[in-house]
Amino acid sequence: MSLDLGMTGFVALYVFMLAGFAGWVIIGHVPAILHTPLMSGSNFVHGIVVVGGLFVLLNASTTQQQIIGFAAVLLGAGNAAGGFAVTTRMLAMFKASDVQPKPARAPTHARVHHLKTH
Amino acid sequence: MLALIPQLTIGLADLAAAFLFLFGLQRMSSPATASSGIFVAGLGMVAAVLASFLYVFSVEAAARPHLGINIVLALVALALGGGAAWWSGKRVAMTAMPQMVALYNGMGGGAAGAIAAVELLGGKAHGATALLVTLLGALIGAVSLSGSLIAWAKLDGAIKKPLRIKGQQAINAAAMAATLAIGGCVLFAALTGSPLLLATSTWIYIFFGCALVFGILMTLPIGGADMPVVISIYNALTGLAVGLEGFVLQNPALMIAGMVVGAAGLLLTLLMAKAMNRSVANVVFTNFGDAPKQAQSAIAGSLRPVEASDAGIAMRYAAKVIIVPGYGLAAAQAQQKLYEFVKLLQAAGVLVKFAIHPVAGRMPGQMDVLLAEAGVPYDMIFQLDDINADFATTDVALVIGANDVVNPAARTDKASPIYGMPILNVDQARQVYVVKRGEGTGYAGIQNALFYGDNCNMVYGDAQAVLTKMIEAVRGLGAAAAA
Repeated sequence: MSLDLGMTGFVALYVFMLAGFAGWVIIGHVPAILHTPLMSGSNFVHGIVVVGGLFVLLNASTTQQQIIGFAAVLLGAGNAAGGFAVTTRMLAMFKASDVQPKPARAPTHARVHHLKTH
Repeated sequence: MLALIPQLTIGLADLAAAFLFLFGLQRMSSPATASSGIFVAGLGMVAAVLASFLYVFSVEAAARPHLGINIVLALVALALGGGAAWWSGKRVAMTAMPQMVALYNGMGGGAAGAIAAVELLGGKAHGATALLVTLLGALIGAVSLSGSLIAWAKLDGAIKKPLRIKGQQAINAAAMAATLAIGGCVLFAALTGSPLLLATSTWIYIFFGCALVFGILMTLPIGGADMPVVISIYNALTGLAVGLEGFVLQNPALMIAGMVVGAAGLLLTLLMAKAMNRSVANVVFTNFGDAPKQAQSAIAGSLRPVEASDAGIAMRYAAKVIIVPGYGLAAAQAQQKLYEFVKLLQAAGVLVKFAIHPVAGRMPGQMDVLLAEAGVPYDMIFQLDDINADFATTDVALVIGANDVVNPAARTDKASPIYGMPILNVDQARQVYVVKRGEGTGYAGIQNALFYGDNCNMVYGDAQAVLTKMIEAVRGLGAAAAA
């Protein structure tokens, strides 16, 4: 007994079309300031290829397939782990200026005051 | 009935992963929520990887005797690949981020190519559609692998100069044609079962070899400042390859994730090309430096250097200062010093903003990350479209390590090779200071009319040293006032 989860032909094309469209719209909303983390983040997302690598390796029946499957998992895992590590590091650095005493307004008076003393 | 549980679990985990990826990327549309976004996407990845071990319950008959070894191999590969990349990702310097992203991207492309290789060599792909998609994914994945590695080597400084040989475009076209022809041979042999001249597996090896060589040839001639476009292209290509292999493996999570990344990479590629006022084809297929030099309009006037301390004091008494950092700032590792200077200005009541050109740096948005690393709050950082109108009401614009992206010739001089490129309108500020190591030209190899303007002074020196002098000068003022 098996479950038919496969998809063929046009269903696959619809999935591609909808996913591409969703990606375009979602990414289009990301501000330019976040483009580097976005790129490493999307880089991380295609690290899902490791799942395909695992499927291939677990189904390997020859040494050749084991070697290439091993490479697929190795590279895919590197893609996913590395992409995640650098993205979290970068995003942790983006801070709002709330942490500092409002730099834009208050010091304006200080400047005027300072000019007067000159 | 029990046999269905692993399959259902895998399906549900992959579905959850696909959703969490989209949701996570959507959370990246604001710096405030972006951190949680990548965490959510990470959860999806963990779920999908854990669930994929349930494949052991439904392996092909031929693989059953090897299952024990295969599981061990899988765990070792996960630990080695994931561990090494995690370790390096936690340590890499922020300035080295572009090459690191290129490297991880190449790994993804390589993984997609390897999956395709197993499918092709093992004769697991059946039917014209599946074979064609596998071959296409293999080609794109392999090109992305070797191309990303060359990009990594260039960004890392292992390859110093763009390598350009005569007739390069013809050679690249020939390599591409050969790869496609060999792909046709593989397809023919696999469909008819009658190999042409060589064994099918040999053709497959040659196919991968050609694709890898093509990726190398395509990337070698591309120069350093074009890297934002190149990295974006390879990101898109890897996504596409992953999506295609997802179709071959009948795994919708791979299809969705791959295609989302493909679209993201395409969007960024187009944005970067637009910011350089060049088509994507122009970046990839022509060599910028080789273009015949057109006669530019001559620039009248002379360069007027000033002392760093004088420039620093002028900014101290300005009401509004906009700073334009370029790759030169990052190359001099002077971001920290710059923010130290900015904090002094802010304490003295100066309104300071940062203006970032889209292609500042070696990958999209790299300068924003470097400023964030130095501690600059993101609400002080503005992008080209949001700040360009501000220059006209600005007292001082400080340009550090940027050149072509502030050249007003892009607006005014039709003969200039960069005419039409969106630039930061620095020349409209009342006073401009340009920090530069010497009198050299920028990437485009052209003189900058900005530097000769009446409102512009040059501050020569290494960015670190110049900023140190500016800081000392402003501090000295404070001390004098207190005394």
